[in-house]
Amino acid sequence: MERVDVVIVGAGLAGLACAYALAGNGLDVMVVERGDYPGAKNVSGGRLYLGPVRPYLPEDLWDHAPFERIVSKERLTMMADGGSTTLELSSVAFRRGTPPHSVTVLRGKLDRWLADVVAEKGILIIPKYKVEELLLQDGKVSGIRAGGEDIGASVVVAADGALSFIAEQAGWWGNHQPRNFALGFKEIIELPAKTIDDRFAVSPGQGAAQLFFGSITQGLFGGGFLYTNRESLSLGLVLGIQGLMDRQPPVEVHTLLDAFKERPEVVPLIDGGTTVEYSAHIIPEGGINALPRLYGDGFLVVGDAAGLALNMGLTVRGMDFALASGVIAGRAILAARQRGDFSAASLAQYEALLKNSFVLKDLATFKKALQVLDNPRLYTVYPQAVTGILEQLLTIGPGPKGRLSATVIGEIRRRLLSWETVRDAVGFLKM
Amino acid sequence: MNIEAKLGLDVFGLDKKPHIAIDQQVCQAICKLRPCLFVCPAHLYTLDPEGRVQVNWEGCLECGACMIACQDKGLEWHYPRAGFGVQYRLG
Repeated sequence: MERVDVVIVGAGLAGLACAYALAGNGLDVMVVERGDYPGAKNVSGGRLYLGPVRPYLPEDLWDHAPFERIVSKERLTMMADGGSTTLELSSVAFRRGTPPHSVTVLRGKLDRWLADVVAEKGILIIPKYKVEELLLQDGKVSGIRAGGEDIGASVVVAADGALSFIAEQAGWWGNHQPRNFALGFKEIIELPAKTIDDRFAVSPGQGAAQLFFGSITQGLFGGGFLYTNRESLSLGLVLGIQGLMDRQPPVEVHTLLDAFKERPEVVPLIDGGTTVEYSAHIIPEGGINALPRLYGDGFLVVGDAAGLALNMGLTVRGMDFALASGVIAGRAILAARQRGDFSAASLAQYEALLKNSFVLKDLATFKKALQVLDNPRLYTVYPQAVTGILEQLLTIGPGPKGRLSATVIGEIRRRLLSWETVRDAVGFLKM
Repeated sequence: MNIEAKLGLDVFGLDKKPHIAIDQQVCQAICKLRPCLFVCPAHLYTLDPEGRVQVNWEGCLECGACMIACQDKGLEWHYPRAGFGVQYRLG
């Protein structure tokens, strides 16, 4: 049986970051990937927050990264039935710093690039290689089986994504609960770079990130997103799976994206564009209450496989957690090697390091986020109210206008004053 | 643009062997909701004239939403074999 020190299952951002952290330390490391190339099975909405990962990966790593655009403009659009309200934030702070605060990405390009970087550092990456099962010896992970071939390893790192069949086999994920997962799906719509610059009023190389919530999801927990890439837009929706299952009458989810594309807020942005790819992926949203075990004898779980993602409503994160957890896993493995001990007790350091990092700290801080966001009023009453009140204020009709304060107070009373909304406000404060 | 046209834009390695199998026993006798019919973003699940759920697994985007939604465990769902299934160029 072939033997290596570390097998990493999955050449996504978590697995590759782990390999990167391990490289150059005299360890035999192998990354196996079921896709035809790293990134072939990977999808993200499209924005990577680099701010949080600055302490974990060297600054110059990103010098040649195939980022799409630096996000310099944030938009939040509240969709009502007959209109919408958009908040827009432009800030020089978003453009400062190396690497920048956040960038748009396409994983087919980004993961392939990072895999090349890692390979140059002496790590073996094997695409088109699907792990069939974990090898277990006396309850300890001892390697993998793939293509009828066994490979022994001191440590197996499960970096195989949100469905993590590897962690499931280890018994660490029980049943995947629908309320802990969201479905993300999107179209990539090509447009000339200059057209994107003009439509979003951004300088070349810079771009916008726009989130939408409200009537586009027809009361369902979720929202829409639009990210500007170099020469394309990523336009899609994220919807909680439980919400989709509970909805009566059911709605075929793919039709929601078509309806989103027909909204007057979106039509002029994508006009003349050509859809070139359609993709979908699952997102773990259960937060800290739904995490599987993160380590065991000869075994670590990183990134989406470990459920490390966070929907805070205004921001949706996963790739930064993937990169950081991968690096932290690498550090824990190196420390375990120093001790010559890859047992669960030794690898427990991974969880300790994660708890000290933004990864588990942020998940702990926002442990109520899912509960707060899973509230139909957020997608119906509130966006409708905001747009409705502004419409009242800004409309000049034939009769005399009421006093501004009376209009606002009256509308708030009529639309927003109830026990439920007061309770919601208290909930928001807890987040 | 309809859903078939969207799937036509993606690159698939077509395996003759399905990676999704429906347990018709569970599907017909136990599952009332049939969430697979509406949670699949590729709209691969349909009812045949006899009212049984069928799946066009060739166009699978490998998200796993159907498997998570199918809490009655009527689906046997694996990733396609190496070299097969969707291969995202952009992602």
